[in-house]
Amino acid sequence: MTDLADFTIGDAAAGLKGLEFSATELLEAVLKRASVSEAHLHAYLTLDRDGAFEAARRSDDSRSNGETPGPLDGIPIAVKDNMCTRGVETTCGSKILSGYLPPYDATTVRRLRGAGAVVLGKTNLDEFAMGSSTENSAFGPTRNPWDTDRVPGGSSGGSAAVVAVGSALGAFGSDTGGSIRQPAALCGVVGMKPTYGVVSRYGLIAFASSLDQIGPFGRTVADVATLLGAVAGFDINDATSYRGSPPDFAGSLESGVDGMRVGVVSELMGEGISSDVVAATRAMVDALEGAGASVVEISLPSIEYALSAYYLIAPAECSANLARFDGVRYGLRVDGATSDEMMSRTRAEGFGPEVIRRILLGTYALSAGYYDAFYGQAQRVRTLVTREFASAYEQVDVLVSPTSPTAAFAVGEKTTDPMDMYYSDVCTIPSNLTGHPAISLPVALDGGGLPIGFQVMAPALAEETLFRVAAEVERLAGFVQRPALATSEVVV
Amino acid sequence: MNAEWEAVIGLETHVELQTQSKMFCGCAVSFGAAPNTTCCPVCLGLPGALPVPNEEAIERILRIGASFGCTLVDYSEFHRKNYFYPDLPKNYQISQFDLPLCVDGALEVVDTEGVATTVGITRVHMEEDTGKSRHLGADGRIHEAAHSLLDFNRAGVPLVEVVSEPDIRSADEARAYAVELQRVVRALGVSDARLEEGSMRFDANVSVRPVGDDELGTRSEVKNVNSLRSLHDAIAFEIDRQIAVVEAGDRVLQETRHWIEDERRTIGMRMKEESEDYRYFQEPDLVPLVVDDRWRAEVIGSLPELPAVRRNRYLSAGIDQPAADNIGDDPAFVAMFDEALEAGGDAKAMANWLTGEVVAHLRREEVELAASALTPGHLVELVDMVAGGEVSPSAAKEVLHGVMDGEGTPRAVAVARDLGQISDQSVVGAAVAEVLAREADALARMHAGDMKPLGFLVGQVMKDTGGKADPKLVSDLIREAAGEG
Repeated sequence: MTDLADFTIGDAAAGLKGLEFSATELLEAVLKRASVSEAHLHAYLTLDRDGAFEAARRSDDSRSNGETPGPLDGIPIAVKDNMCTRGVETTCGSKILSGYLPPYDATTVRRLRGAGAVVLGKTNLDEFAMGSSTENSAFGPTRNPWDTDRVPGGSSGGSAAVVAVGSALGAFGSDTGGSIRQPAALCGVVGMKPTYGVVSRYGLIAFASSLDQIGPFGRTVADVATLLGAVAGFDINDATSYRGSPPDFAGSLESGVDGMRVGVVSELMGEGISSDVVAATRAMVDALEGAGASVVEISLPSIEYALSAYYLIAPAECSANLARFDGVRYGLRVDGATSDEMMSRTRAEGFGPEVIRRILLGTYALSAGYYDAFYGQAQRVRTLVTREFASAYEQVDVLVSPTSPTAAFAVGEKTTDPMDMYYSDVCTIPSNLTGHPAISLPVALDGGGLPIGFQVMAPALAEETLFRVAAEVERLAGFVQRPALATSEVVV
Repeated sequence: MNAEWEAVIGLETHVELQTQSKMFCGCAVSFGAAPNTTCCPVCLGLPGALPVPNEEAIERILRIGASFGCTLVDYSEFHRKNYFYPDLPKNYQISQFDLPLCVDGALEVVDTEGVATTVGITRVHMEEDTGKSRHLGADGRIHEAAHSLLDFNRAGVPLVEVVSEPDIRSADEARAYAVELQRVVRALGVSDARLEEGSMRFDANVSVRPVGDDELGTRSEVKNVNSLRSLHDAIAFEIDRQIAVVEAGDRVLQETRHWIEDERRTIGMRMKEESEDYRYFQEPDLVPLVVDDRWRAEVIGSLPELPAVRRNRYLSAGIDQPAADNIGDDPAFVAMFDEALEAGGDAKAMANWLTGEVVAHLRREEVELAASALTPGHLVELVDMVAGGEVSPSAAKEVLHGVMDGEGTPRAVAVARDLGQISDQSVVGAAVAEVLAREADALARMHAGDMKPLGFLVGQVMKDTGGKADPKLVSDLIREAAGEG
């Protein structure tokens, strides 16, 4: 018997359209799946059952009225808990926002609702999206669906995990340094970061504004293209939003890679990358060559400095972005004798250690006398990285690399060594610094049965090319495995 | 001021723009609305909200910059100015740092003595206003406040900061600068620029140095002045205070000092252990502002006549500076006066009427010029009638009142109220003869060379004719009769 929670978005949309089942039935299947998996994963922070059933009913009503639904109509979608949802608790995984009810929907959420999607819940994350394992959530970690002793990656670990097990058919996350792609890799799903500006950031609680970008998770490349299509496009509420019409995302999924030029990033294929990951990446590169692509090795020496630059720029921006959480207007307030004392106490108690570490780092990097050596220097590195990628794209259509240096690591393994944790983002950070689109998709399981992600990167606004290559990678990999937790049977 | 010392003053002026909406969101800009009624996620700094710049505000700051002859730069950026304060919603202010929109201008100011000086304008930049705090507690002092109330209606209102060069040398000159800046802003129609309501706010950087020294002394920053008078008095106080400090052999501290209106003095605020570090960095939520040649030309081309230009035009038309400024400060008077000038009226006479009797009448009746019946044509006709001897100057006042009350044109009013001047030599001659016959003694004294009774005799004739006889003609006829002329 087929379980609706195992459907891709494409199949579910076809089933809904053919009236084979209702959106309400689909939602019930997904919620049943969640009721089983959540006991093991803790991937959701909030499930909005009432709102979801109402949306599903509306979707069913519109279909019974003979309306032609769009591709997301009636599809249960989860969003990371750093996107504002009107009247539904939005915490950013932080104690400081515990109980916070936003008065408005983020643009992405509004567009999803407008497309008829059933927004069923808010997923767990590292506090304020700062982390690579979802262990930094103030409300407890999320576990990896393939091995619950391991992390799902982060910071959008909840969104990756719910898609992996089918407790949502698709999800949205945010990617500041790899926070969509790395958990997608560790959970064996497809995760994509669009070009900076393609998706509005309005309503996304900012971590590092010049790097943050919202993007989708799905089980297939086609699903991810569909999800992106529903939310992309200019938004008057985001001054950094791209003004042109969005690229055609799904137009070339079937075109193959014959004649395309693929560059393998040398710096991401050696030291610091596990041998299983290098082998899987190399195998996929060979397969692409076999499918007609021409492959060249590309050296991008500035990548060596990208991680350092990122860990100055992102904390600097976060030190200002998170200044608003002061207990004055909303969220946690810890009283004090003066307003200064109240603000200090609120922040000391409301933020977790990693958030405090980054605020301090960023404050330091922006301070008089240090600005030029730290923040200024980091911006120059950013320019250099961008220039190097631009010249690489004169030689190739896409660049490829592993997504994460390793498969999922154990819970607690890296929590005592921030530098080790930061290194998890080494392959993904360059695309955030350049603002270019990138996607991760599963290509194999390692010796321990954990998924390995493959990353495809493309120039700004070349999403169509990105999806075209990713679709071919998906066909070549034939990755169909699901984690054991992708079941609605009670697992003992 | 002591002659051995010279004051060096620079002013930082904040002007709230009266745009339709706030700087980075769609909320209305309103003064006096109920607290926290004109705010939204953006100006409250709610999580996830993003700023979108208000083009109308950018246009207005460019107009302000252009009126100072500033360079309107090609490329400008917003920065975040970071500091924690409960009425600053994001705990950073979106402002401009090293790339302001307008740089290098000047403002010509004229002080109360009529002395003109040019004050350099360093920069004009765009920022957002903060909310307002009200500290409640024993006698309203911050330190004893039991709690604070916050109103975010003002948060995000577009604020233009105009920074002057330290070119100002006296409290008088500082006031003149403030007045002229206010004139410019009002002439541009970008703000009502009221100090009392806080839509124009001044901070003064004041230092003193021995006359002839090139180096600047240590400056204090004087805040909390909310009228032109307190701006003047606070600076004057601060100059005297600093001179006294230096003459006593002490050092002036670099500090912020508040003007205490009731006590007419400045007091130093608690010294910070270190200077404030605002950790400016480029605002990543906004894209750079690009001003191209077309936009620049449009802004410059659409500027109205600026106060200094108008003042000089009026001065060369022959009227004095106080009258030029009085007329220039009110757009309705400017329109009236310019049209009357165009129609060929005598500038000086019309200026006297406008700034004298017209203003007095309006004040008495508590009406605006626009609401009175006076037209530029009436003004020209009235001064012509006086010059041509049709009405006496004193009768003309009555004519004016009739015109302003809507009784008709000056000639019509003069006829209706029987105020026409009698210039007919035979009629006036008869009246003179009658008075001279009656007052033979006075006439005799004049015959003997004593001219003192002349005024008395003229007065008698005027009295007999109900004030309508041409006083000059009367005077001439009496002198003639007394054997002069």
